[in-house]
Amino acid sequence: MLQARHVSISFGGLKAVDDASLAVPAGSITSLIGPNGAGKSTLFGILSGFLEPDAGSVSFLGQEVTGLAPHRICRLGMTRTFQLAQPFAGQTVRENIAVGSHLHRAQRKAALAHAESIALRVGLSGRLDRPARDLTIAGRKRLELARALATEPKLLLLDEVLAGLNPQEVSEMSPVIRSIRDGGVTVLMIEHVMQAVMNLSEHTWVLNNGQLIAEGKPADVTRDPRVIEAYLGRGAAERLRTSGNEAHA
Amino acid sequence: MKTLYAILVLCGAVALLPAFVSSGVVLNLVIMTLYATLLGQAWNILAGFGGQYSFGHAAFFGTGAYASAALQVHFGVNAWLCLPFAIVCGAAVGALVGALSFRYGLRGSYFALVTLAFAEVFRILANSVKFTGGGVGLLVPLKSSALDFQFQGKAGFLYVILALTLAGFLLSWWLKHSRYGAWLTAVRDNEDSAAALGVDAFRVKLQAIVISAGLMAAGGAFYVQYFQYIDPHLAYGPAVSVEALLGPIVGGLGTVFGPLLGAAALKLLGELTRNLMGDAPGVSLMIYGAVLIAMVTFLPRGIGGLFQRLAAKAP
Ligand SMILES: Nc1ncnc2c1ncn2[C@@H]1O[C@H](COP(=O)(O)OP(=O)(O)OP(=O)(O)O)[C@@H](O)[C@H]1O
Ligand SMILES: [Mg+2]
Repeated sequence: MLQARHVSISFGGLKAVDDASLAVPAGSITSLIGPNGAGKSTLFGILSGFLEPDAGSVSFLGQEVTGLAPHRICRLGMTRTFQLAQPFAGQTVRENIAVGSHLHRAQRKAALAHAESIALRVGLSGRLDRPARDLTIAGRKRLELARALATEPKLLLLDEVLAGLNPQEVSEMSPVIRSIRDGGVTVLMIEHVMQAVMNLSEHTWVLNNGQLIAEGKPADVTRDPRVIEAYLGRGAAERLRTSGNEAHA
Repeated sequence: MKTLYAILVLCGAVALLPAFVSSGVVLNLVIMTLYATLLGQAWNILAGFGGQYSFGHAAFFGTGAYASAALQVHFGVNAWLCLPFAIVCGAAVGALVGALSFRYGLRGSYFALVTLAFAEVFRILANSVKFTGGGVGLLVPLKSSALDFQFQGKAGFLYVILALTLAGFLLSWWLKHSRYGAWLTAVRDNEDSAAALGVDAFRVKLQAIVISAGLMAAGGAFYVQYFQYIDPHLAYGPAVSVEALLGPIVGGLGTVFGPLLGAAALKLLGELTRNLMGDAPGVSLMIYGAVLIAMVTFLPRGIGGLFQRLAAKAP
């Protein structure tokens, strides 16, 4: 459904994304993991049209979308959320979601009604008339998700919608994400909460220093020595193995 | 819906005014208040609803004024026909300014400065070109007939400016209740989020400045008919730009009634200071400045916001 081929981008001297190729199959929940500063959000920026890559190409539903403006990509059916939730602060939750609903609905009434139904799906029904600025972090993450969902995307790019939530909130959000996929929306999610990655995604990609270093089933990937080293530092896999052996002995 | 009724009742009441009031002073005060409301409404569409703060709305006002005046003076065109022409010219200048600044992603103070620069360039041009009468300005030929958009008394002008303000009210109301308005306020509040939700921010802002400039140009054309005279300073000077932005800021940014509340409050204040201190030059500007500082400090959401807060507190 989504394919990135050899995309690279640098900021000054820093190669934030370096020759990364990745694919997201339709109907899946795919995750993108990696340590802080690995370039995950930057890669999202490229996929969604906010950043133009220095090299490489992105195609969505068989169509070349490299360098296309974000709103054009959204209209093709790919919508993103932001790691730092960016609500329309002065507007109510309902009005926030309705902006997404308007993509396919010209009538104000229809958009507001649709926004309500979306709020129900993500658990924001009780806060429809609150100004978005009054929401907690968890509420803002839900709103971010709701707005994106309201555009009725085929592919949803979620940038850490679970970060900053407590364990209970995470366990409330996870079924929401699964139900979105079950509703026919493909999901690509950046996530640090490993438990959620394991639970939710069928396939995961690992980014480190701008490079994709591993992919596969989450359970397999987390055992990959390269991935362990990326997270814990050079030699960590070796140390873990030997300490594991000692424990066995 | 409630807002719409309020608009219609209000405008209906003002329309009945000439039947009961014959004082030219009072009618003039009402006309000037509505005129300031119109300028405020125009600015409010772009800045209040769209978040693009212009310091140079005179560029659109002056273009409307000169378009109308020049057609009448040089070609003898009927003044009523000049009005739509003036609106189109103002809107075209709006499109030009918008296309240039929004294409290059100018925001905030950069956008404000560019609009100010445009107004100044136009002022200098108007000062030096024959077509606009140079520094002397243009005097619209006296006709004193309603068929020529000139009236014997004040009532005729009152109806015209009332109709224009009504158009401004309806536009503002529409922004509160339409997809376009939702997109515009979304761009104002967060352009990246809006883009991620499929909103073409460039296009939305461009449309806003075109509408805003068109309305502002209508104000310019009205000015020319009412005072029958225009010169570069009146048309493109900073006073008009300030008048356009002061009302909505005082009355309530991005609201339907903000420009009216602000215009009325400022007119009242202006009359008071004039009665108290006479016509000393600069006094009114100082008062305006002080009011602006006070508003921004204590009532960031304007008089309208104050009413809302009081209404929310009331049991
Ligand atoms: N606009 C920018 N200008 C300069 N450097 C940037 C810019 N955006 C990102 N970077 C740098 O690129 C690198 C990758 O950043 P990115 O935000 O993509 O990481 P991330 O994987 O999303 O990290 P996190 O898990 O902390 O969100 C970082 O070193 C960051 O400082
Ligand atoms: Mg990130």
